[in-house]
Amino acid sequence: MAIELLKGNEAIAEAAVRAGVDAYFGYPITPQTELLEYMAKRMPELGRVFLQAESELGAINMVYGAACAGKRAMTSSSSPGVSLMQEGLSYIAAAEVPVVLVDVMRGGPGLGNIAPSQSDYFQMVKSAGHGDFKPIVLAPASVQEAVDIMDLAFDLADKYRTIVTVLLDGTIGQMMEPAELPPMKPRRTAAPGWALTGAADRSKNMILPFRLQVDDLEAYNLQLQQKLALIAHSEVRYHEQMVDDAELIVVGFGTAGRIAQTAVRLARRQGIKAGLFRPITLWPFPERRLSQLADDARGFLVVEMNAGQMVEDVRLAVGGQAPVKFLGRMGGSLPMPDDILAAIVKLDQASTRAQPDAPCTIEGPSMPLKHFVSVN
Amino acid sequence: MTIESYSEAIVADRPKALSKTQSHYCPGCLHGLAHRLIAEVLDELAIRGTTLMVAPVGCAVFASNYFECDSVVAPHGRAPAVATGLKRVSPDKIVFAYQGDGDLASIGTAEIIHAAARGESITVIFINNAVYGMTGGQMAPTSLVGMKTTSSPFGRDVKTMGSPLKMSELIAGIDGATFVSRRSMHNPAEIRKAKKAIRRAFEVQINHQGFSLVELLSNCPTNWQMTPLESLRWIETRMVPVFPLGDLKNAAANNGLKGV
Amino acid sequence: MQYDVVFSGFGGQGVLYAGQLLAYAAMDHGLHVTWMPSYGPEMRGGTANCTVIVSDEDIGSPLVTHPTNVIALNNPSVDKYEPLVAQGGLLIYNASLTSRTLTRPDIRGIPIHASEAAAELGNLRLLNMIMMGALLQLADAIVPIEVVEIALERHMATRHAELLALNRSALRRGMALANFAGAVA
Repeated sequence: MAIELLKGNEAIAEAAVRAGVDAYFGYPITPQTELLEYMAKRMPELGRVFLQAESELGAINMVYGAACAGKRAMTSSSSPGVSLMQEGLSYIAAAEVPVVLVDVMRGGPGLGNIAPSQSDYFQMVKSAGHGDFKPIVLAPASVQEAVDIMDLAFDLADKYRTIVTVLLDGTIGQMMEPAELPPMKPRRTAAPGWALTGAADRSKNMILPFRLQVDDLEAYNLQLQQKLALIAHSEVRYHEQMVDDAELIVVGFGTAGRIAQTAVRLARRQGIKAGLFRPITLWPFPERRLSQLADDARGFLVVEMNAGQMVEDVRLAVGGQAPVKFLGRMGGSLPMPDDILAAIVKLDQASTRAQPDAPCTIEGPSMPLKHFVSVN
Repeated sequence: MTIESYSEAIVADRPKALSKTQSHYCPGCLHGLAHRLIAEVLDELAIRGTTLMVAPVGCAVFASNYFECDSVVAPHGRAPAVATGLKRVSPDKIVFAYQGDGDLASIGTAEIIHAAARGESITVIFINNAVYGMTGGQMAPTSLVGMKTTSSPFGRDVKTMGSPLKMSELIAGIDGATFVSRRSMHNPAEIRKAKKAIRRAFEVQINHQGFSLVELLSNCPTNWQMTPLESLRWIETRMVPVFPLGDLKNAAANNGLKGV
Repeated sequence: MQYDVVFSGFGGQGVLYAGQLLAYAAMDHGLHVTWMPSYGPEMRGGTANCTVIVSDEDIGSPLVTHPTNVIALNNPSVDKYEPLVAQGGLLIYNASLTSRTLTRPDIRGIPIHASEAAAELGNLRLLNMIMMGALLQLADAIVPIEVVEIALERHMATRHAELLALNRSALRRGMALANFAGAVA
């Protein structure tokens, strides 16, 4: 497959198609609408299902229905639309059917604006709906990574019968970058045993998002938590750059993470031993690796396009071993490399630990396009 | 007739589509009867093994236990959307949603209206008993004017609470709806007509003729605080005048929409 | 080595198109590249812009606070970007639609009478290609002109095949104008 110049939202849609999505249901909302429009054209071409729902409530419940039939189903939306979907997400989590959701975040609260934002980290990572559940949350930082993540998203959703959210902001959605699409995967033909396919030759399948008896619901929740624990153990992914000798670790996800990369390089040119840590899975959060890094680092700087959300998880992981500072922009403003550099310099000067003189070289691997670092 | 030539014939039996279990419904509740009518139709049309049910939130949340077909429980009001998702990816299956009045006529109005507008190839059975049953007898959008419920203790006042919503009339006015019928279950004659309507609704789906809905006037002796017999009389004398019975729409087909 | 270019102008002046052309050319040339448009209400307000970053290593931030190269196709774009251009940076502006001269002495301001030049070539829509030619002439060869011409044919030509030759002429014309203007400046 050739490298092409692709727009984020469209690349995500085509990557979903190639990952074998059977049905897409959605509702227009900026800045993800290109994804819906792409699917409106592409899915019928391939004889697959596209439907513009009456609302995000409708869309997520159509996805729920299609997923119950054992098909690969997805939807996409942006922050206010995702708020409407949260009821359905909770039912889907309880029903344990595999679903992929793409959330192209925009500024909030309320109608907010359509500018890029990361202010729904809490919404997706901490509280995707009522009840004790967590979706797997994947945060791409480039068009290529978004493409690669779509295939992974469907596989993880199927593997764990869970919701996988691809969480990005309008920057990645609207940006064009060279990327390579994977070949078209054959669609799954055999439905999984739990799917609703008609009880002609077997006992009936029931997909029930409730357990009215107290003991039953607790037992069910324990089972769900076991599954989540397995995911937390097995599916952590992150990207790191120049951390081997880093004294200061800059942490950011998605767009903020890639902007921080520029700042980290600038800092290295000034002789500051900075490194970049970019979580790809926001849940499960790469807390163990961050904790390891905290053994040696003398400071952390968390950069986000929000008021400080992921920083709470970084602080938990660092566990007081080193100071954790925060730099955030809101309302659609991006933290720019200069701003981040200034914060790195400030953190560097505030540090009390004596350090030997550092050579001014830039080291570390360049951002891999197709590979994730993963730990167990 | 001699003894030798006498042979037994089963004239009434449990439909195969109905599960062999005791229901949780209150004594005198017509949910059980509605279930039986649907199950008989599934048997007669030989579609039990290809039918997928979407059960609602409300008293019928346990409907999965009572039908011998695959099923899923939808969020409150969203059954038509869940049914849409199922049907679009399983066009060879028969998909029906079972909804109450709070579900269909209040929280789920958008979903039912748009499923009908799309001419979605699904069948909806709409149980209208003018009250929220499972939560304990609150006012429903279909509660009658003056009707006392736990949330309209002085009676439904049109000035502040509006009038009963006639969903079937509303849906019959939508181009995408092929068959819309309102029937009752308060006496044997009406029960027979109700079954006929249910059968016609499923036939519409089998023949890819579009969206079909049957509203069944039903009761709630517990929350109405009546005996079962009183509740049947109440349907006949109070509900039927407000919700007239009959086929509100019986078109040959709509746009002939099929799933992909 | 990293280049950044902001293309800014009225909607319909081909700002996003010019940026995409540069992005395609950079990609074809084996470089890393990002193309980031302004989107939404900002776009509907009349001015559109996009930022293209070209680099020989992977690109972090797809946006810059102080661009080193700006192509401004109209007056509002000059007003917006003159204060933002990096020290020593390049601001190529469409003098045909700009009512004032630049005030900053620490940037290279290059006026190009691009609308007139496009009109002389017979199509006002060539404006963006003239400015692109000027950029290629002045911005230390981000990518060779030949690569841009091939990209024009390979990626952008489907809808405008008949305009290909005209586009090429416009690129060359822009280079010539910039050569002259650059020498004067």
